Amino acid sequence: MPELLSAPLVVEFPFTRSLGPVQSAFLTGLRERTLLGVRTTDGKVLVPPVEYDPVTADELRDLVEVAPTGTVTTWAWNPTPRRDQPLDTPFAWVLVKLDGADTALLHALDAPDADSVHTGQRVRVRWSEERTGAITDIACFEPYEGETGEVTPHEGRFTDMVTGIVAPARLDYTYSPGRAQTRYINALADQKTVGERCPSCRKVYVPPRGACPTCGVATTDQVEVGPAGTVTTYCIVNIKARNLDIEVPYVYAHIALDGAGLALHGRIGGIPYDEVRMGLRVEPVWTEGGRYPDHYRPTGEPDAAYDTYKELI
Amino acid sequence: MAPVRDVAIVAFAQSDHLRRTDEVSEVEMVMPVLHQVLSRTGLKTSDIDFTCSGSSDYLAGRAFSFTMALDGVGAWPPISESHVEMDGAWALYEAWVKILTGEADTALVYSYGKSSPGQVRDVLTRQLDPYYLAPLWPDSVALAALQAQALIDAGDTDEPALAGIAARSRTSASDNPHAQLRGARAQGDYQVRPLRTGDCPPVGDGAAAVILAAGDRARELCARPAWIRGMDHRIEAHSLGVRDLTDSPSTRLAAERAGAFDRPVDTAELHAPFTSQEVVLRKALKLDDTVAVNPSGGALAANPVMAAGLIRLGEAAARIHDGTSHRALAHATSGPCLQQNLVAVLEGEAQ
Repeated sequence: MPELLSAPLVVEFPFTRSLGPVQSAFLTGLRERTLLGVRTTDGKVLVPPVEYDPVTADELRDLVEVAPTGTVTTWAWNPTPRRDQPLDTPFAWVLVKLDGADTALLHALDAPDADSVHTGQRVRVRWSEERTGAITDIACFEPYEGETGEVTPHEGRFTDMVTGIVAPARLDYTYSPGRAQTRYINALADQKTVGERCPSCRKVYVPPRGACPTCGVATTDQVEVGPAGTVTTYCIVNIKARNLDIEVPYVYAHIALDGAGLALHGRIGGIPYDEVRMGLRVEPVWTEGGRYPDHYRPTGEPDAAYDTYKELI
Repeated sequence: MAPVRDVAIVAFAQSDHLRRTDEVSEVEMVMPVLHQVLSRTGLKTSDIDFTCSGSSDYLAGRAFSFTMALDGVGAWPPISESHVEMDGAWALYEAWVKILTGEADTALVYSYGKSSPGQVRDVLTRQLDPYYLAPLWPDSVALAALQAQALIDAGDTDEPALAGIAARSRTSASDNPHAQLRGARAQGDYQVRPLRTGDCPPVGDGAAAVILAAGDRARELCARPAWIRGMDHRIEAHSLGVRDLTDSPSTRLAAERAGAFDRPVDTAELHAPFTSQEVVLRKALKLDDTVAVNPSGGALAANPVMAAGLIRLGEAAARIHDGTSHRALAHATSGPCLQQNLVAVLEGEAQ
C-alpha cells in the first residue's frame, strides 16, 4: 500500500442571519452599551433575551434594561484559549447573572488565574472598543467590587437598528480520501484511470469509492480503463463560474471510458460546442503537471452505436 | 403508553474505535460493521424493510457524506431509507416508530463519526445558538466544565469522585475489545478546569449498527431478543443560563415515559462523554449502586460522535442477548450539557 494521501481542507462560511424584534433590540443595545433583557409573563427577566418563553412558549416583547454588573453563577478556567475565543490569554468561561436578570449569560472573564475566580464573584462588562451589534461587543467580563445595578423599563428602540448579523465560521480539517480513492488519485499521477470491480455484480466503478452501491460490498480488483471513451450524454454550460478560466459556452459530459461500468464527468474540448453529440468518441488531454485530465477531445473514430452505451447513460 | 407492537433489537455490531482511521473513507469504515450486523441475523439488504442512519457532515468536513456511506448498504433494488443529522440513537427511534406503525417489520440502523480529520471541540461549537453563543466559540469541553463546576458548587461531586468515575469506566472497558481507551489511566492536566484529560472522552472514529425486528420475526432472528419496552426523548432550553445544569429534567421525563421507573433495571448504559455528566444522569435516573453502569466503559472509553449513543443501545441489547442482563436502561444524549436525552428500556424474556 503506497503512502496514504492527505491534504488540508478548509471549510469557511459566512452565515447571514436576520434578527427578530427582541434579538435586534438586544444586539443594537450592545452596540450602544445598553444591556436589555425581556420580561416573561410570570415576571422573570431573561438575559440574553429570547422571543418566546422557554417554559410556556409565550411570545415575549416586554424589554427592560439591566445593569452591566452581575454575579458569576458557574465558571470554568480555560488555560489554553482556542482560535476565535474572546481572549487569547488564559481566561475563565463564566455564566453571569446580570443585576436585574433571572437567567445567566455566557461569556469570558478576564482574570489573572483560576484561583482568582469563584462562583458568586462580582463582575462587570468590559465593552469592545469597536461595536457592531453582536455578542462580541462585550469584549469580556472583569472582576468588579461595586454597586449593584437596577432594572429600568426600556423601549428597545435605537436609531439605526441592527437587523441582521453575519456570522463567519471557519473549520480546518486534514482530509484523507481512504484506500480506494488514494489508489485512484495515485494512478492519475501516472496519467492512468483506474476503476475497481465489484466482486458480486462485476461492474467496474470509476472513480472508485471502495464500495459497490448496488451490492453493498467492497470493490476489489483494480482495472485500468480508457483512455478513450464515449460521450453518453452532455449539457451546454452558458454561465461562467467564478474563478474558472473557461470560455462559455462549453460542453460538460458524461463519458463512459472503455471498460468502465459507469460514466464519469468531464469537459469536452477541441470541437465546437454545438457539434458534440451522444456517442462521440473522446480521449483525455493532460496538461503539463496536471493531476487529472484537463478535458476530453474527439479521437476521430466513428461514433459508437447507441446500443453499446445505452446502459451507461 | 405501552407500545402497540413488540419490537426488539436483535443484532448489534460496532467497529473498533480508533484515534485515527486515515486509511479508510467513511463508507470503507462503515461497510464491515453493516456486513457484521447483517450476518448475525442472516438477513440481506433486500430483506430489510427500512434503513435509517445518523451522522454529521461537520465532523469530517464532507458534504452529504451519508449518501456516500449509503453505498455500503447496497441501495439497489431501491430501499426505504432515511437519515438524521444526529446520533444514531435518534435514527433508531425513527426506525422503532416506523415499525410500531406497521410500515416495516425489520429495520437496519447505523451511524458513524469520523472526528479525526477536524477539531471536534471546534466543530461542535457550530451546533450552538448562532446569535449569542457560536460567535464566542465555547467548545464542548468548556461547556461541560461549566456544568462540572456547578455540580461541585452544589456539593454533588468533587474532583476525586470524578476521577473515580473515569477510572471505573476505563477499567470496565478492559473487557471491551472495541473501546479506544482500555484500562485506567492518569487523570492528567486540566483541559478546562475543573475537567482534566481523564474526565473527557477520547476523540476518535467509529461506527455502529443494529437490527430491529417485530414480534415473531425477532424471535426467528435472535435467540433472546432485547425487547424495547419503552423509549422516549426530550429536550430542554438551548440556553445554558436558563437551565439548572446540576439536573436533567429531560432525562428524568424521558425515563418516566419509557417506563424506566416501573421496575428496577440491572444495567444502565449511559451516554455521558464527561465524568460529570454521569453524576447528573445517575441522579436524574435514580440509579443506585445495585445497577451496573456502563459495563462497556461508556463514552469515556470510546466516543465516536454520532455513534456513541447508538452504541449505548447496542451494548445494553448485547447484554440482554447474552443473558447477562434482564432489564437494561440505555441513554443517549446530544447538544451542550445534556440538552437532549433519549431513554430506552430493554428487556429479555424469562429464560
